[in-house]
Amino acid sequence: MPPMSRNTVIEFRGVTKKYGTGVYGLDQATFSVDREEFVFLIGSTGSGKSTVMRLLIKELEPTEGTIRVAGRDLAAITRRQIPFYRRNVGVVFQDFKLLPNRTVYDNVAYALQVTGHSRREIRARVPDVLRLTGLSTKLHNYPDQLSGGEQQRVSIARAFVNHPPLLLADEPTGNLDPETSIDIMRLLYRINRTGTTVLVASHDHVMVDKMRRRVLELSRGRVIRDEAAGLYARDESTREFAQRLRGPHEPPQTL
Amino acid sequence: MRFSLGFFIREALRAMRRNAAPSFAALATITVTLIVVGVFIPIVQATQGAANSVRSRVLVDVYMQQKATAADDARVERELRVLPHVARVVFESKRQALAQQRRQNPVAYEILGNINPLPDTFHIYPTNPSYVLGVRAAILHSSSGGMLDPSIEKVSNHTEDTQKLLTVTRFVMITAALLAALLIAASVLLIGNTIRLSLYARRREVEVMKLVGATDWFIRWPFVIEGVIVGAFGAVLAIVVLGITKLAVLDPLANNFTLIAAPRTIPFVPLLLVLVAAGVAVSALGSGISLRRFLRV
Ligand SMILES: Nc1ncnc2c1ncn2[C@@H]1O[C@H](COP(=O)(O)OP(=O)(O)O)[C@@H](O)[C@H]1O
Ligand SMILES: [Mg+2]
Repeated sequence: MPPMSRNTVIEFRGVTKKYGTGVYGLDQATFSVDREEFVFLIGSTGSGKSTVMRLLIKELEPTEGTIRVAGRDLAAITRRQIPFYRRNVGVVFQDFKLLPNRTVYDNVAYALQVTGHSRREIRARVPDVLRLTGLSTKLHNYPDQLSGGEQQRVSIARAFVNHPPLLLADEPTGNLDPETSIDIMRLLYRINRTGTTVLVASHDHVMVDKMRRRVLELSRGRVIRDEAAGLYARDESTREFAQRLRGPHEPPQTL
Repeated sequence: MRFSLGFFIREALRAMRRNAAPSFAALATITVTLIVVGVFIPIVQATQGAANSVRSRVLVDVYMQQKATAADDARVERELRVLPHVARVVFESKRQALAQQRRQNPVAYEILGNINPLPDTFHIYPTNPSYVLGVRAAILHSSSGGMLDPSIEKVSNHTEDTQKLLTVTRFVMITAALLAALLIAASVLLIGNTIRLSLYARRREVEVMKLVGATDWFIRWPFVIEGVIVGAFGAVLAIVVLGITKLAVLDPLANNFTLIAAPRTIPFVPLLLVLVAAGVAVSALGSGISLRRFLRV
């Protein structure tokens, strides 16, 4: 095993997660993700994508193996430290997890309020992230007055308002139509370009293949494909990126 | 990290609005509990006060014969003083007794004129009320077989009344304590239940808080505060009810019946403080139990 590079953000080494039912969520998974990378985690339903995400936020403990995030062994993080660790990891889910009785602004501000930020910090940061996510005109709307794509933007804004160095998205476009999905991917790419490492779980092969990012494929908890990065131009603009996504489907280029 | 009191209170009030029915049930229980406690504290204190004054009056009275001389009195006093378990012997002459009675009941004693029907009396205080019977027996059946001294006419007997009063007092106190304990237990359970329902209603908030990295105590505080608000509000309601009752019922009665005013009980303001503290403590306990059981953060 090569020594971990200084730029490694996520490292899984022989990670196995066996659930109480005896099912293997992950089986000897080994991979790593570098800083500022944009990586897709693909695989059919039940292949272990969500297990990876939940292990990364320490909602689950691995049965075997080591997980490091930014060089830190997650096993060494105590229960008491978990909240502080989680502030460095933004998470986005398929079902948005928005609070229905709060406005867009309040949903995003909530993440700062409950982590003890002052009102001044909140007033300074929330409008910025809402601008970044294209929600400036929807501040006072409630989630049920928004489209699915807009709701997912709110959830991304909430995950990113702290500017965490790592953003996890578990099937963020699973509930969205293809055109909206492209917008969401574009937003995630934009966030990635600000220097944030992004890991996106998806089972939409077509979309993933079009994006030509690094792809990790899981099957029954095992990593069966790790398509190396470097095939795509790193400094592609988000516009070019989106154009390519909208273009006709081309077969994935592999080494 | 900052302790965002304003945020916690806003969150607690928001939760109570959404969770109105169980909050109201808990509030009603707390109010009833505190009203009962607020009524019973003075009652228990009054009966206890009465019992204590009876206890301190538990003594043996020795009445001398009418024909007893000063020499007889002096001899009997010496004999009484050396009995075991006797703390104090107080002599009351027939003249003192008459003066005392005249003051209390002038009309009746006017009729008597110069005749004094009262005997010389010794009040004997035992070292402990429980020795009353022993002291009495020692006077009635001395080692010589009969009465301790031939010039003693009679030995008083308050024992049975005393015993009865003490039993009744104990019964009142135990009943009140049991009732209060039951009501407090019910309040704790209902507050706990309210918090559990509130947790359920706010499971999404809790989930989001955990995801974005709120600390365990940050998640718990709004629920604790919700419980404490219910408790404090219940205490205020109970105090209003008790205050109105006191003003409208008790105070006019106290003017007519010295009995109600007589025994020393807790003043109203300290009673209020006790009630508020009890309300808050009960609800903090209830929410604490609930959070421990149902919020694994
Ligand atoms: N809490 C759980 N208890 C038992 N088995 C689970 C649990 N969560 C996931 N699994 C199982 O683990 C495997 C991987 O699940 P998951 O990571 O959710 O897959 P994916 O997100 O790729 O659909 C599946 O077989 C699933 O049934
Ligand atoms: Mg999943």
